Amino acid sequence: MFKNMIKLSNRCKYSDLLLRENCSIGLDMRKKAHHHLCHRCSEYKRMLALSGFILFIFVFSTSSLSEADDKFSEARQDMVQLIEADVLRTSLYINRRALDPKVLDAVGKVPRHEFVPPQVRSSAYENRPLPIGYGQTISQPYIVALMTDLLNLEHHFKVLEVGTGSAYQAAILAELVNKVYTIEIIEPLGRQARGTLKRLNYDNVDVRIGDGYYGWKEAGPFDSIIVTAASSHIPPPLIGQLKPGGKMVIPVGSRFMVQQLLLVEKDSDGKLSTRQILPVRFVPLTGKH
Amino acid sequence: MEKKPPLPRYSIALLSATALAYEVLLMRMFSIIQWHHFAYMIISLALLGYGASGTFLTLSFRRLSSRFATVYIINAALFGLSTLGCYLIAQQLTFNPEELLWDRWQFIRLLGIYLLLTLPFFFVANCIGLALAHHSRETGRIYASDLLGAGIGSIGIILLLFLVFPMKALQVLSALGISAAAIAWLELKLQARRKAFAFLLISFIPLILPSGWTVASISVYKGLKQSLQISGTKIIAEHSSPLGLISIMESTEVPLRHAPGLSLNATSEPPPQLALFTDADAMTVITARSDNLEGLGYLDQTSSALPYHLMKPQKVLILGAGGGSEVLQANYHGVEHIDAVELNPQIVGLVSNEYNDFSGNLYRSKNVDVHVAEARGFVSASKESYDLIQLAMLDSFGASAAGLYSLSENYLYTVQAMQEYLDHLSPGGLLAISRWIKLPPRDSLKLFATTVEALRRSGIKDPDKRLVMIRGWQTSTLLIKNGHFAGKEIEGLKRFCKERSFDVVYYQGIKEDEANLYNILAKPYFYLGTKALLGKEAEAYMRDYKFNIKPATDDEPYFFHFFKWGSLKEIASLLGEGGMPLLEWGYLVLIATLIQVLIASLVFILLPLLFLRRKPAGLPPGISHGRVGLYFFALGLAFLFIEIAFIQKFILFLHHPLYATAVVLAGFLFFAGLGSAWSQRYSDSASFRAGLRQAVSGIIIVGLLYLVLLEPLLSAFSGLPVFFKIVVSLLLIAPLAFSMGMPFPLGLARLGRTAPDLIPWVWGVNGCASVLSAVVATILAIHFGFIVVILLSLILYMVAMLSFHEGWGDG
Repeated sequence: MFKNMIKLSNRCKYSDLLLRENCSIGLDMRKKAHHHLCHRCSEYKRMLALSGFILFIFVFSTSSLSEADDKFSEARQDMVQLIEADVLRTSLYINRRALDPKVLDAVGKVPRHEFVPPQVRSSAYENRPLPIGYGQTISQPYIVALMTDLLNLEHHFKVLEVGTGSAYQAAILAELVNKVYTIEIIEPLGRQARGTLKRLNYDNVDVRIGDGYYGWKEAGPFDSIIVTAASSHIPPPLIGQLKPGGKMVIPVGSRFMVQQLLLVEKDSDGKLSTRQILPVRFVPLTGKH
Repeated sequence: MEKKPPLPRYSIALLSATALAYEVLLMRMFSIIQWHHFAYMIISLALLGYGASGTFLTLSFRRLSSRFATVYIINAALFGLSTLGCYLIAQQLTFNPEELLWDRWQFIRLLGIYLLLTLPFFFVANCIGLALAHHSRETGRIYASDLLGAGIGSIGIILLLFLVFPMKALQVLSALGISAAAIAWLELKLQARRKAFAFLLISFIPLILPSGWTVASISVYKGLKQSLQISGTKIIAEHSSPLGLISIMESTEVPLRHAPGLSLNATSEPPPQLALFTDADAMTVITARSDNLEGLGYLDQTSSALPYHLMKPQKVLILGAGGGSEVLQANYHGVEHIDAVELNPQIVGLVSNEYNDFSGNLYRSKNVDVHVAEARGFVSASKESYDLIQLAMLDSFGASAAGLYSLSENYLYTVQAMQEYLDHLSPGGLLAISRWIKLPPRDSLKLFATTVEALRRSGIKDPDKRLVMIRGWQTSTLLIKNGHFAGKEIEGLKRFCKERSFDVVYYQGIKEDEANLYNILAKPYFYLGTKALLGKEAEAYMRDYKFNIKPATDDEPYFFHFFKWGSLKEIASLLGEGGMPLLEWGYLVLIATLIQVLIASLVFILLPLLFLRRKPAGLPPGISHGRVGLYFFALGLAFLFIEIAFIQKFILFLHHPLYATAVVLAGFLFFAGLGSAWSQRYSDSASFRAGLRQAVSGIIIVGLLYLVLLEPLLSAFSGLPVFFKIVVSLLLIAPLAFSMGMPFPLGLARLGRTAPDLIPWVWGVNGCASVLSAVVATILAIHFGFIVVILLSLILYMVAMLSFHEGWGDG
């Protein structure tokens, strides 16, 4: 900042010199010009002071941004631990004692705060669903992790998601598999999701805006499908686009409360069955019966 | 005697009518923009405006009384303005109950809504409380105006809601409220009558507000709003009645494809449909009739199609026909004659008129008779028997899953209802009931327990041979046969399930390994449940089950009440870990309402006491605050206990929730109003005690008689046409309500002579007790049935009489 000030005063002297040498300009004019230039000088001063201030703010804010990033990252790791603890507690019902470490790694990596609207960003790493506008929500991280885990993903998998929403789930999937296709029916939400994914360099996700009922025929069949869009039934075309041996997971419930996770499995002969998973540690019947 | 201004009787009646109408309307509007159980809580709290007014008047009555007319008129005008104004602001505070667990701001918003909606009730209570205190010798007449007005309001709002949309009705009420100020001006014979006309002119303002200002702001999480996010959707028609706001939505780009319970193996897609939302939620559809039956193939792929695979029914009764999905299903299966019953005439009108072509003449087909009636009432009155009676799923999955219906009395799923359905089955006929699957199982098992109990009560010794049940991942279907299921039918059942990947839950002789094949649960919970419910250990099973699955009965008609206190602790500990859906919201909201009302009531009742005790004059000897408070508190509780319990009894008799409520409510208020006017003669002659004794003994004698005689009487008259039933109901209500109208004004008149300063306070006490009463009555009815509620109210009247006698002397 000091350097700037020195430059400024030098430039002022210089302009004075110029004026003196330029004799074709009359005295009054000179005076006026001097006055004018000096006025500009003070403007320069002000501008430079301002730019210094802006620079200061910028430096400060970037440092605070990186601080915020650290905070978010810390919160994210806490969230992962929370999920691990929840899984352990619900192990009996979800048929596993721990989630695949790859899934937890993905949850630990994806910046959830980038997928939620600014007004709820501070809650991004709480283990809760959050509203993302248009009457839609981003699911509770525990549920996202559990659904992802239920799909037993492998790196070479091709996954279809129906109901992109914030694209957080798509990003988690993108960390784990080669290629993710996701369809969002609400146009502004779809565009926003596309932007977020691009900004965060998730190049292996294709977003389509439109009706998800018929899946993504050109890209199918898929190893796994996640359907988060509300539907009165499981669309038959989606079942058709599921590879033999593939799995489909569907959260059932309201926007903020998942009542059960429905895992649809297609065996190698194409036979279908569902597994209805209560994502919570609760014994419906007493031990006596 | 000092000259007092004349009584503002007409404006009081108008204010009371408007206030009661406003209360009903708020419930309607919040059921549209929110969910009805929260509506219940919000409005209960808002009604505490009556209690708050008691406090306010106690503290300021002396000052206000000298300017009675001005204060009265200002409060009336404020009431009118705030009915509309406060609602419009309150609906902008977007409250989302599902986020309460995590988001503290939701509490602030809720509090904001409470405070805003309390204001109109506060202003109107000020008017009436002030009038009672100011004219303490005329309490009988004033209270009569109040009750008669409320009676008119309870009928008036129903009529108004048939004529206009709820928001327009609100504007009308606002106008009426303000015009009450004008009427008061004239009634109180104030100078400058021009000003009365100014109020009249102002009262038109709410009616001519720009339509943009008066748009209902519906929660973005309700079904209608969610669907409208999709491009190409729009509301093409809206109809409103007191039964609900019906919105017809078309979706031009993305077909609706509504087919809940569809098999995983289904390949066909439903034909074009129009969505039909009730109160912006609970979507059903009107399906376009396709020329080839193949287009309707999906109707054979749901669990509810099961009965058509076990028999070829010729005569079918559909209860809760709605947009006609089940009627279409019966048509698809070639049924010869279908009787379809639907409660809401507007829905029937839509399908059979406006969208008749779209539906392919569905409700006008030769083989379909559509009846606008309440389902239970239709069955009771019917002399027909049917091969198949189908009870459609009337509730939406979301509301059902969250336990939102737990407060609603429902007479379709009680033991007695099942008995009546079974009585109308032809030999070998089937009763089919489908429900949403919930995990852990709730409805499906409760329904099973209810039918087992119904069969047993009907003298059937082998219910196990008459029941079968299946489930998909989304719905379950229970069949009850008038006869034994034969081996061939069981084969048909197994084939049906296998082809559609449904699981068999129960048939006599089922093995455990058959019950969990396609829709795999951690354990075959449904199978285990049904088996236990048929066995000797059924009682113990129900007792130990973590949800309430004991059969609902007509006296405790809460089929959807699944909550058990014993499970609360466990569920509460799981809330952060996905345990939210285990909470049965409806009941907890009721308890939350009770706690809030209790706390607020205590403040409203006790706060003025601090002030009153400091007053040097104090009370005349022989009168204690406690006794006086108890008298009015007991009356407040008892009045609504009886009213609520009888509304329930008459709903069963009149078979229509809306008309029964309107008739009973208006009847009670009207005859109580007459009783109140009658009581004036006792207060004029200062024979309060005689009047009170007469009234209370009347209540107790009639009340006890009704406990024994009402049900036989009502069933004796159950065959009468509706008009005569209404007359019978009113005649039965009259003696009870007449007596019930007397104790309150008598007590007030008595106080007017001995301790007039207490009148505003007891007005507030009574207001708080009334709010509390409605909540407590529901809780008591859920746990002990309505008989207990009536008995308790009789005891409360005794308590009131005793506290009057011993404490107050004869002056």
